[in-house]
This record gives sequence, structure tokens and C-alpha cells, in this order.
Amino acid sequence: MTKFRISETMKEIMAAYYLEAKNAAYNNIPVAWITSGGPVEFLYAMGVIPVYPENYAPMCSITRVSKDLIEVSEAAGYSPDLCSYARTDIGADMVQGGPLMGLPKPDMLIVGTNICHTVVKWFDVHARKYKVPIFTIDMPYLHDGMTKEAIDYVVKQFEAFKGFLSEVLKKPFDEEKFRETLFLAAQASDLWEKVLAMGKKKPSPINSFDTFIHLAPIVTLRGTQKAVDYYTRFYEELVELSAQGFGSVPDEKIRLLWDNLPIWYRIKYLSEFFAKHKAAFVVSTYTNSWAAIQGDIDTDHALEELARAYLSPYINRDFKYRIEYLVKLIEEFSLDGIVYHSDRSCKPYSLGQYLIKEEVTKRTGKPGLIIEADMNDPRVFSEAQFETRAEAFLEEFEQ
Amino acid sequence: MRYFAGIDIGSLTAKAVVIDENNKILGYHIMPVGQDSLAAGMNAYQHALDKAGLKKQDIEAIVSTGYSRKRFTEATMQKTEISCHAKGISTIFPSVTTLLDVGGQDSKAMKIGKDGKVLDFAMNDKCAAGTGRFVEVMAHALNLSLPGLSDAALSFKEDLTLSSTCTVFGESEVISLLSQGHSVPDISWAIIKSIVDRLVALLKRVGIEQDVAMSGGMAKNRALVARLEDRIGFDILVPEEPQIIGAFGAAVIAKG
Repeated sequence: MTKFRISETMKEIMAAYYLEAKNAAYNNIPVAWITSGGPVEFLYAMGVIPVYPENYAPMCSITRVSKDLIEVSEAAGYSPDLCSYARTDIGADMVQGGPLMGLPKPDMLIVGTNICHTVVKWFDVHARKYKVPIFTIDMPYLHDGMTKEAIDYVVKQFEAFKGFLSEVLKKPFDEEKFRETLFLAAQASDLWEKVLAMGKKKPSPINSFDTFIHLAPIVTLRGTQKAVDYYTRFYEELVELSAQGFGSVPDEKIRLLWDNLPIWYRIKYLSEFFAKHKAAFVVSTYTNSWAAIQGDIDTDHALEELARAYLSPYINRDFKYRIEYLVKLIEEFSLDGIVYHSDRSCKPYSLGQYLIKEEVTKRTGKPGLIIEADMNDPRVFSEAQFETRAEAFLEEFEQ
Repeated sequence: MRYFAGIDIGSLTAKAVVIDENNKILGYHIMPVGQDSLAAGMNAYQHALDKAGLKKQDIEAIVSTGYSRKRFTEATMQKTEISCHAKGISTIFPSVTTLLDVGGQDSKAMKIGKDGKVLDFAMNDKCAAGTGRFVEVMAHALNLSLPGLSDAALSFKEDLTLSSTCTVFGESEVISLLSQGHSVPDISWAIIKSIVDRLVALLKRVGIEQDVAMSGGMAKNRALVARLEDRIGFDILVPEEPQIIGAFGAAVIAKG
């Protein structure tokens, strides 16, 4: 993973964010637990600190405690077939484990179904335990492209969400602060897109193992000035590095796309493995999912635009869209191939990958590799099996 | 004359092949890996050299492959078994476009282009179903050798089906079929059908196009090859010694 000047800043702002969240109750600031694809802008507008179990689960994984926490939830009866983020989070909550010794207690729970439907039941578990209100926003899967009906449906729920927040927090919804937050969120989202687009440079000054880590502020702090400042500086640093001809993978020879979630507990190993073979992941479908809000957001039609953005993640789109999107990325990022992580935990992401791989290769001639693993459960990853497949795939480029 | 070697240290057996510059096999050796994969590789190599009547210093380059390829530090280069099997089979049968290699721990289906270039491949994952290990465990449950299982399967009478493709549950099922009084040939046939179903699914992932060849230890199983030919609808080319194709391909790659 690349050491950037900004890396230190990220540690600081994320530490400050978690410190504030941990002390929220003491300072009388409400906390909401929210899913990774949830509309955080409403919360920031109302002075609520958003906390992400889906962010905490990979933190537990990187610090190598996810396996222990998964065993806790499995011993309590949760199925090994359940998402490993859910198993890690529920385990961490049961024993108040992981690097933060548990997340700060929630005052409310916010669910968006644009990433999966497991989150509905998973957050229900927390709602029962903490006896706090839960608000679920149903963001329908786009089987056949973006539709006006889907947008209207989500807008109606956003309006109800404003009412929910106003009721729970016992104060009127702050429309002015909301507009401000949206503006900041759109700016950050735009900057994130520019950061990711630096992967088009040859060599690329940034790779997916970097963006997996530098994703944290766009997920958690989207809608704050902090995120805007962070990505402004990060983008400037990347432009500067690229001007000097810097490549994040030394002697970059093979340009790849990473599909699906990272394999968090082996991120360092994977980063080194591919760097050793001079292969750089210059783009990923995963990190692109947080670049959906348009920078020139029209605040008069804010809810429509926001609904469109929240319906847009790759994982919420049909296979035809996914195939066309990958074909477009192959072109735009001058890719040599695609690595598809078939993630045992993330069925909505992994379903269809074999078909997608076949079709993308047919259309572009670019090969694909499927790796079977799991984002958070290290018991599913086999190094020898991975290396045989990955090396054979990389050997295809040598011949 | 120039000489080259290929060493394939797999999960169950180590294979070594010594060739000359015309790809002629001068000597080869196959032995079980046991607990020390490096020693097995070195031993197999020495035996192959002895059979070829050559010494280590006569060998110009060595390529190692298989799960323990990185432990064999005497190798000039390491290659995955996927590249080696493709190279090996296309050296013997240049017309082959689809290759199925069924080894001890892995099954691989490959689509092969010109000069043995791998165009695409698919492997079994996280599961021993459809691998040599599956057949070995089942043969053990029936108290048969691997060739014994093949022979028994070819003389089946009742067309039994094994419902489980899982190696662990499959073994229990075989034992319960025995206790129900089914004959060993009928159960052997059911085992062959079960693994072939998995292999056909694997082949379909890369697409089945003629000519089709098979390598790896399981290609020696006549019942399996016959059933597979039946399922895919064409003949399968099997080299004289399918188990050494990976090591042979490694030696050909060593030649450069």
C-alpha cells in the first residue's frame, strides 16, 4: 500500500471522528447506526453522528480479531452462511470487542436496502437489543435501469425520514443545514471521483488497495467540510505525484480492475503479491459506488437527485448494466484484465459474476479471474489456492 | 544434445520428467509426496535422471510446478501447473483446445490457444468434490485400489446414483449403500457418475470444444474417461502417461 503524505491526516481525522462518537452520549449528541449505503446527509443536517457497523467490521478484520468475533456470534446461533460483516458486528457488540471496544450505543438505527437485504434483519437484531427506533428506506433493485417510479418511491421515503428524525430528536427538520450538507456531500463525492480517476494515468499514482483504505472519510464524513478538505488535499497530492511520473506499483506492467469487496484481513499480503508481479489495480467497482452524487446538485430538486444517487451503486444494478459498465471501465482505464472476488458473504455482489466475466471477456478479449474468498471471514481464504489461480492468470499476460 | 527437466510437486504425488531438445522423454518418475514435499521432488528428479542416464550437471534448465513449486529452489523458474499442463498437452496433441486436468487436490478445465497458450481456465474451489481425492476416499471406503474401482465400475449392473457430491457425506453414503446390500460395482459406477457430473459442469465454464484431452492421474481411470466421453458426446484424447503432463510441460517451458 502506498504511503501518501495525506495518510497521516486520515488516521487523525478518523481517530477524531471515533473519539467524538465514543463521547457522544457524554456530550448529549445523538448517535445513529447506519448502513454503508444509507443517506447520511439527513443525519449530519440534524446534528446526529453516524456510525457504521459495516465500517467497524473491516476494522476488526484488519486488526485480525474478526475471526474471534465471528466465532462469538456463531456460538450464539448465527449461521456461518450469514454475511461475515453481520457476524463480526454482532459478535463485537455482544462482547464489546474490536479495536474500539464496541461501538457507541445507538439512539436510532437507519437502514438502506441498496446494498442488500441482510441489513434489514441485522439491524432488527440491534433494534431489539437497544430498544431504539429503526427507520428502513427501501431502495429497490434496478432490474431495468433507473426509473421515475423508483426515484419517486425513494423520495417519498426520504420525506418520511425527515419526519422520523424530527420526531425522534424532538425538533423541526433543519432544511437550511440540510442544503448545506448536501452541497458538501456533493463536493466530496465529486472530489472522490477525481481521486479515483487518477487511476487512468500510466503509471497510476494510486491503486485499489489504497482507495479501499482512503474510502473511510467519503463513507463516514460525507456531508462535512472535513471530507471536502481531505479529498481536496489528496487529489492535489496525486496530481503532484503523477506529474513526477510516480507509480503506486513500481514498474507497472499489468493494469487490472478489482470487482467486489476487498479481502480485508489479507489486504497487505494481496497488495504485496500483485505489486511483486507488477500488476496494479487501477480501478474497482467497489470504491466507485461512493462517487454517485453529482457536484452540481440542484438543491431545488435535492431529494430526487439524492434518490437517484442512492439507487445508483453498482451492487443495486442489473447484470446488463454491470457488463456495460465493466466494458466502459476497461476502455477508460486501459485495463488488461479483471479480478472478480467471489465473496462468500456478499451474495448480491457475487451473483452473476461467472456470467458477467464470460460476457465481458467475449466483448473485450480481456481475461478475468475469479477468486473465491470472503471479505471478513479469514477461514474462507486459502493462500495456496489463491496463489495458484492468480499466478496462472498473471502468466497469461507473459506468454 | 541439450537436456531439460520439469518437476511437478502436487498435493499427493511428485512427478519429474527429463527431456532432450526434441521434447523426447528420456526418463520420468512418479512418487507419493508424503510429509516432505521437497524431498519427494528431489527424489523424483534423481530417479528420472537415473532412468535417463544423465547427471544433474547435464541439465540446462529446470522448471518446477505444482503446489510445492516454490520449495524446489534448484529450479531455474517456477510456473503454475495450469500453464505447464497446457504446454505439455499441446506439445503432444497440437489439436487440443479443451483440456481437463484432474489432480489430487484440484480439477482444472482449460481453454488452450496456439502453442499451448492458456486462454481461460476454471478450477474447483474450496471443495474436494470433483477431484482425485474424492475418488481416492471413495475407493478407500470400498476397500479398492484406484484401478480396482475403475474395473469394478465398468462391470456395474444397476444404475445407482450417489446423491451427495461432498467427499465427507459421500463417504457416509457409500457406507450406507454397502450396508443396504448394493454391490461394489454398482456403487463404484455411482461414484464415477458423481465425479463426472462435477467435471462436466467445470468444463462447461470454459466451453467444450474439440479436440478435448485429459491429463492428471484421474485420466488413467478408464471408467471415468468412458463416462465423460458419453456425457460430452465426443472422444477424449488421453496421453500415454497422463500423470506426468504437468512435469513434461514444465520441461518444455524450461527449454524456452
